[in-house]
Amino acid sequence: MRKVYHNIIHIAGNVITVEADNVAYNELAEVTGSRGTSLAQVIRLDRGKVALQVFAGSRGVSTQDQVRFLGREMQVSKSPALLGRVFNGRGAARDHKPDITDSMTDIGTPSVNPAKRVIPKNMIRTNIPMIDVFNTLVESQKLPIFSITGEPYNELLARIALQAEVDVIILGGMGLKHDDYLILKRTLDEQGALSRTVMFIHTAADPVVECLMVPDMSLAVAEAYALAGKRVLCLLSDMTNYANALKEIAITMEQIPANRGYPGDLYSQLAARYEKAVDFDGAGSITILAVTTMPGDDVTHPVPDNTGYITEGQFYLRNGRIEPFGSLSRLKQNVNGRTRSDHRAIMDAMIRLYSEFKSTLEKQSMGFKMSGWDNKLLKYGRRFEKEMMSLAVNIPLEDALDLGWKILADCFDRTEVGIKTELIDEYWGKGE
Amino acid sequence: MAEETRKVEKIVGVNGNMITVEYNSRIMQNEVAFARVGDAELKCEVIRVRGKYADLQVFESTNGLKVGDEVVFTGELLSIELGPGLLAQVYDGLQNPLKLLAEHSGFFLQRGIYLRALDRELKWDFTPMAEAGAEVVAGDRIGFVPEGTVKHYIMIPFAWQGTWQLKSVTPAGSYTIDDVMAVAVNDRGEERKVTMTQFWPVKIPISDYREKILPEKTMVTSQRTIDTFFPVAVGGTFCTPGPFGAGKTVLQHAISRHAEADVVVIAACGERAGEVVEILREYPELIDPRTGRSLMDRSIIICNTSSMPVAAREASVYTAVTLAEYYRQMGLNTLLLADSTSRWAQALREMSGRLEEIPGEEAFPAYLESLIASFYERAGLVELRSGDTGSVTICGSVSPAGGNFEEPVTQATLKVVGAFLGLSRERSDARRYPAIHPLDSWSKYPSLAAADQLACAREILRHGSEVNQMMKVIGEEGTAIEDFVTYLKSEFLDYVFLQQNTFDEVDGATGADRQKYMFNKVVDVLKTDFEFKEDKDFARRYFLELRQLFVDSNYMKMESSEFKEQEKLIADKISQCAIGA
Repeated sequence: MRKVYHNIIHIAGNVITVEADNVAYNELAEVTGSRGTSLAQVIRLDRGKVALQVFAGSRGVSTQDQVRFLGREMQVSKSPALLGRVFNGRGAARDHKPDITDSMTDIGTPSVNPAKRVIPKNMIRTNIPMIDVFNTLVESQKLPIFSITGEPYNELLARIALQAEVDVIILGGMGLKHDDYLILKRTLDEQGALSRTVMFIHTAADPVVECLMVPDMSLAVAEAYALAGKRVLCLLSDMTNYANALKEIAITMEQIPANRGYPGDLYSQLAARYEKAVDFDGAGSITILAVTTMPGDDVTHPVPDNTGYITEGQFYLRNGRIEPFGSLSRLKQNVNGRTRSDHRAIMDAMIRLYSEFKSTLEKQSMGFKMSGWDNKLLKYGRRFEKEMMSLAVNIPLEDALDLGWKILADCFDRTEVGIKTELIDEYWGKGE
Repeated sequence: MAEETRKVEKIVGVNGNMITVEYNSRIMQNEVAFARVGDAELKCEVIRVRGKYADLQVFESTNGLKVGDEVVFTGELLSIELGPGLLAQVYDGLQNPLKLLAEHSGFFLQRGIYLRALDRELKWDFTPMAEAGAEVVAGDRIGFVPEGTVKHYIMIPFAWQGTWQLKSVTPAGSYTIDDVMAVAVNDRGEERKVTMTQFWPVKIPISDYREKILPEKTMVTSQRTIDTFFPVAVGGTFCTPGPFGAGKTVLQHAISRHAEADVVVIAACGERAGEVVEILREYPELIDPRTGRSLMDRSIIICNTSSMPVAAREASVYTAVTLAEYYRQMGLNTLLLADSTSRWAQALREMSGRLEEIPGEEAFPAYLESLIASFYERAGLVELRSGDTGSVTICGSVSPAGGNFEEPVTQATLKVVGAFLGLSRERSDARRYPAIHPLDSWSKYPSLAAADQLACAREILRHGSEVNQMMKVIGEEGTAIEDFVTYLKSEFLDYVFLQQNTFDEVDGATGADRQKYMFNKVVDVLKTDFEFKEDKDFARRYFLELRQLFVDSNYMKMESSEFKEQEKLIADKISQCAIGA
C-alpha cells in the first residue's frame, strides 16, 4: 500500500505542491477531495516538495486533500479493441462504453533511432490537385495545416482521412468545439471509416491538463499499431491549443517565457510529438496531419513558426483553398519523380506562372495598361484558380496533370512556359 | 575509471532535464556524472555550482528519477574518442554509434546505453614514422594507418604535457585500436602507452598548430551562386540563415555532396530525423567523383535530431567540430556543416531558463554571442607543426524565428562569419532555387570569376531589381526600353546562372571550369547591346527564348555533342538582335 500525503502547501493555476518523499519525476498520482478524484502528474521535484499538474484543475482542491502516488507513469491501452472508440485526454471512455485497461503501454516513448528509419517513398493520394500535383503527401510525413479560425480545416482533415489509403486513423482533438467533434465523428461514420478510427478527444470545456495528454496518447497508440505493421494516419486538431496549454502550465510554474509567453522548450516539445511520424524499417508507418491555427493569421507567431521548422512542409488553408505560395511538401521529391515524367515540370511551371499572374494583378489594381503578356497571365491565373485550386475539384493525379497541360496550351505559346523542350514535345496539347 | 575517483552524491531536485545535487566532495564545472535510475545510468554534465548544490544537465529523459537517487561523478570533462574508424560513422551528439545502438536495442533509443564509438576488433595496417629514442610532444606523429583515402596519423595524445622520449615504437603490422603503438617516458620517469586512440574534451579547441593563416583560396562547392557570387574560402566560415521552407537543408546537402573537402562532418543538430535518414541511406550509394569511392567514406554524421534529448543537442556541435579539428591535424581540409545552430542556441536557452538566469534578448542567455563567436573561431586554415596545412571550414545554418534576421542568433552569427548567404522567402515562393538572395548576401572571400565581370553582373542585378520595383509603380508602358532590357537581362542572369536544379545530375553540380566558361557566356549577353525597336513584348519574348536555350544547355553534359549544337543555336539567337553582330 502506498503512502497517502495530506500536506498540500501550494495551489496555483492547475498546479499543486505537496510535501512527500520517494516520488519519481513524471509519476502519476491521484488527488482525492470533496469534489472527487483526479489524476495528477509530477512535473518538478525540489527536495521534499513535489509539484503536480492536476488533470481536473485545482478548483476545489483543499490543503487537506489526499494525494496518493501510483508508482507509474501515464499509460494507454494499445489493444485492437480501441478501434471505433472515443476516449478523453486521460484515456477514459467518453462514449458510454467500458474503459479499456488491457495491454497498457507508456506514453511519451523514447525517440526512434534514425538508423531504423527508411526514406519515405509512398505517395498518399488525396485526389486534391493542390496536394497531389503541387505538394504531394507522402507516407510517414508530418504536415501541419496552417489556417485561421473559421476556415474549413477540420473538413479538409476529414476528407484527406477518408480518401487516403491507410489502415488506421487516430484522431486527437485538442480544445475542439463540441460541435466540431460531432461533425468530425459524423463524417467518419457516414463514410464507414469509424471502425478503423480511434479518437482521443479533448473539448474546449474539458480541463486543460488533459489537452496536454492528447497528442502523447494518440501517438503512443499510433506507434503501437505501426510497430504491429499498420499504416497509421494520425490527425491532430488543433496544435495551437496544445501549445497554449503548455504555456499555461509553464507560466504557472514561473518559468521564464521565451517568446510571447511561450516556454523556451516549445520547439523541443512540439518536435518530440511531430517526430513520432516515421516509416519503420521492417514495420508500419505513422503519418501526421495537424491543424495549427495561426493567431491573427500571423505565420511568425511562435506556434506556427516553430512548427514550420519541425514539420516536413505545410499546407496553408486560406479562403477555403490550399494556397500555392508557402504551401510545401518537403518530401514530394521522394515520390514525384516516379509518378509521371512531366509531374515536376508542370508543378514548377504552373506555380511560377501563377506567381507572375499575382504581380500582374497588382499592376492591374494600380490601373496600369495591360500588355499582351499580362492579358495571357490574367486568363491563365483565373483558370488556374477555378480549375486547380478549388477544393471542390476531386480528380486523380494523372487527370490533374493533363488538365495542367490543357490550361497552359489554352493560355500560352510553347516557348513561353519555361519547360524543357523535350517535355513540351511530348505533352504539349495533352488533355485537348 | 578508478574506484577511488568515483564520488557518489545524492539528488535533491529534478526540473525537466536538469537535476540538482547536494555535494560533499570536489566538483568540477562541466564534469561528467551518471545519475542512477533502476539499472540505468544517465549521463549528465555539471553546468553550475552554487553553494553546496550543483546543477547538472541530463543528456537523457529524467523520468523516474527521485530525490535521494545516487549520482556518480567521474572527474572528467565531456570527451569523445578520436582514432581510426571515425569516417563513415553515424553518431548521436555524445558519440554513441547509432547503427550499433540499433542492433543493440532495436527501434528506439533506450536511455542509459552508451556504446564505444570505435570498433575495437577491426585491424589497421600501421606504418611507424618515429623511432625509439626520439623526443616527442603532444600531437607529434608516430605513424599512420590508411583509413579509406585518408592517411590517418597516429599522434601523441594532445592532452600530454611536456616533452617525452619514445622508449619503443611498434613495428609495421596489423593492429587493433587498443594495441600499444609506442611507449614514452618523460624526464620524471613517468611511462605512458600510446594506442591508436585518444580522448579529447569537446568544448576545448585542439590548438596544436604553428599558426593560423588567412583563408584566401575559394572552396569550390559547385553551386554557381556561391562559388561565383558569394564564395566560401577553405578554412573560412559562412552561414545560411533563412525562414523555414527556403531550402537551407537542401542547400547544405548539396554543399556536403559537392564541396571540395577531404572530410565532411555533418551535424544534424535539433532538426528533422527524416533529413538525416536521407543522408544515411543515400550517401553510401553516391560516388564521390574525386575519389571514386562512396560519399559516405569521407563523411561523419553527428545526428541529434529534434526529438532526441536537448542537452545532447548542445553537445553535438562541439562533438562535430572536435572531429573536424582532429582530421585537420592530419593536414586535411575538413568541412563542418551544422544544421541548425539556432537549435543549439535554443538548447542553451532551455537550460538557461531552467537555471533561472536573467534572460537576454528573446530570453536567450546573455553569453550566447560569445559562445557563437568562439564556436566559429574554431574554424580556420592552419600551418601545422609538421609543415602541412590543414583547415576546418564551418557552415552554420540559422533558423531565425519568424524568418526575421534581426533576431539574436542571426545577428551574433553575422558578426563572426566571412560570408552570409541569406535565403529569402520571396525567392523560394517564386521557386527560384537556391533561394540565396543575390542582393542582400555578401562574402569577404575571393570568387572564381574575374572582378570586372562580377561587378558588371552585380550592377545588372541591382539595376534590374530597381527597374522591377519602379515598374510596379509607374507601369511597364512608362518604363524606357533601355531600363526594360536591363530588367530582362537581370531576369536572364537569374534564370540561367543563379538558379540551379539540385535534383538534376548535370545542373546540380557545376564544376569550377564550367562555371567560369558559363559565366563568360552569360556576361557576354549582359554586355551585348540589343535592338528591339521599342517593342517590349518582342524583347520579352526574345529573352524568354534565349533563356530557354541556355537553361536547356545547363542540363547537357559539357563534352556532349548536343551541348555543342546548343551553343550554335545560342550564338544564332544572340546574333539575331545584337547590334553590330
